[in-house]
Amino acid sequence: MARIACSAGRLSSRFNPCNPYVERTIVSHQIKRGVSLYSFQNETFQGKMNLEDCIRTCAQFGARGIEVIGEQSFWGWPEVGANQADIDHWHALIKKYDCTPVSHDYMLDYKRYKGRPMPFEEQVASVRRDIDFGAALGVPFLRSLVSIAPEVLVAAAPYAEEKGIKLLTEVHAPLHFDHPWIIRMAEMFQKSGSPALGFLPDMGMFLKHYPRVWSAKFRRMGVPDRIADYIEKAYEDRVLSEYVILEVQQMGGTGPAIGMAEVIRHNSAFEPKRMLDYMGMIHNIHGKFYEMTEDYVEPSIPYDEIIAVLQKGGYNGHICSEYEGNRWIEDAEEPDSVEQVRRQQVMLARLLGEPEAPALKVAA
Amino acid sequence: MMDNKMIIEGSLENVDGGFAFQGRLPYYRGLGLSMVEDIEVSVDGEPVAREAIRFSVRGKTYTLDEMETVYDDRWNFGEKATIIVLKDGGLKPGSYRIGFGTRLRISYLPMVPTTRDTKELALAA
Repeated sequence: MARIACSAGRLSSRFNPCNPYVERTIVSHQIKRGVSLYSFQNETFQGKMNLEDCIRTCAQFGARGIEVIGEQSFWGWPEVGANQADIDHWHALIKKYDCTPVSHDYMLDYKRYKGRPMPFEEQVASVRRDIDFGAALGVPFLRSLVSIAPEVLVAAAPYAEEKGIKLLTEVHAPLHFDHPWIIRMAEMFQKSGSPALGFLPDMGMFLKHYPRVWSAKFRRMGVPDRIADYIEKAYEDRVLSEYVILEVQQMGGTGPAIGMAEVIRHNSAFEPKRMLDYMGMIHNIHGKFYEMTEDYVEPSIPYDEIIAVLQKGGYNGHICSEYEGNRWIEDAEEPDSVEQVRRQQVMLARLLGEPEAPALKVAA
Repeated sequence: MMDNKMIIEGSLENVDGGFAFQGRLPYYRGLGLSMVEDIEVSVDGEPVAREAIRFSVRGKTYTLDEMETVYDDRWNFGEKATIIVLKDGGLKPGSYRIGFGTRLRISYLPMVPTTRDTKELALAA
């Protein structure tokens, strides 16, 4: 009963009628761990891991929520179509490893036609097809890219409701919860009155420190230490990106040095607590990370703060690991995505107060 | 991403009417063929004319111009496509520095990225 009473309190971040101790205890156990198979792209691309390897690995880590990018995991989707045998295989694996389908991340290629945008009705029809595919996979959520027009999503929402699916727009850097594009989207979602429209925040928008793997890559590309050191310091000082770029130019920086400064345009240390105003619309989380150290720390993204905010907001969905360090290190070393995901899952389990499962202590 | 995994090692061979190697899309997903704006190939630094390049997957072969209006076929994630270069007699046995690039029209990106890989490939006698 306490759970039901508290769920009303969770809608508001300002007022909570429940005993705070009870809420913390109950709510903290409702955040669930999952993995986006995007994390294993380096291995799946090369055929070193197949779908079963991915799902078995997640299950071993106790991360039972599985998120897929449909057209990464299912050849043929969307232009050719996915094989029914592949969909059946997916369901068999989900059952075999006691996992839960969480999300199908669709793309909607509205630039499919050279020189002209895809007409509105065709975009809506395309989203409907992905809703059907998501329903076939048994997921409750579809991830929409942040660039997809809210008008398209509102138009597709009734069909999503029919299928019991929510369309979640991924709030991803450089966008954030105070950006006018997101605010307009939230207003349109609320005005529509559809429960099928919401958000999926990507934790990369809370980039507290310049990632070490980014800095290391730019240094390998030839950025002089004095410039790289300056950029990292400027990021710590929260200097406006345009000033940093100008300063790097004046320091004599060219090419990759400018690139190292320009990424600050697209990444910022927004505050995790900005999610609180939108908790009622947040149904899935991308646990973006660039690097997990041996002692289970993500040096650039403040997961301790993030988990505290999510618990305060009464979030009870999944946090799905999304490893994106691969592309920053692959020129120097072969990424070990499984070990990186394992470390993040250990970190999440600890932050969520789970008793640490033995399986988390050994690599798969 | 995947830049250094685009060209498949050891895949260079002579084929009917030219030579070929295998290549993968440098991307974390697949892409409909109409969004592959260009495929570049070079041999020892010499660029191959766009008209001389053919793209082949699962038994279907396209010119790059044809690909621009192909809406019912894809280059799947990690799929090894055969990149064919029309050249009378193909290549003589030896080692070649093969350059391979793709320009992709990605709906959500504010630019049209080109990604390139270069590898030394040997053609057996």
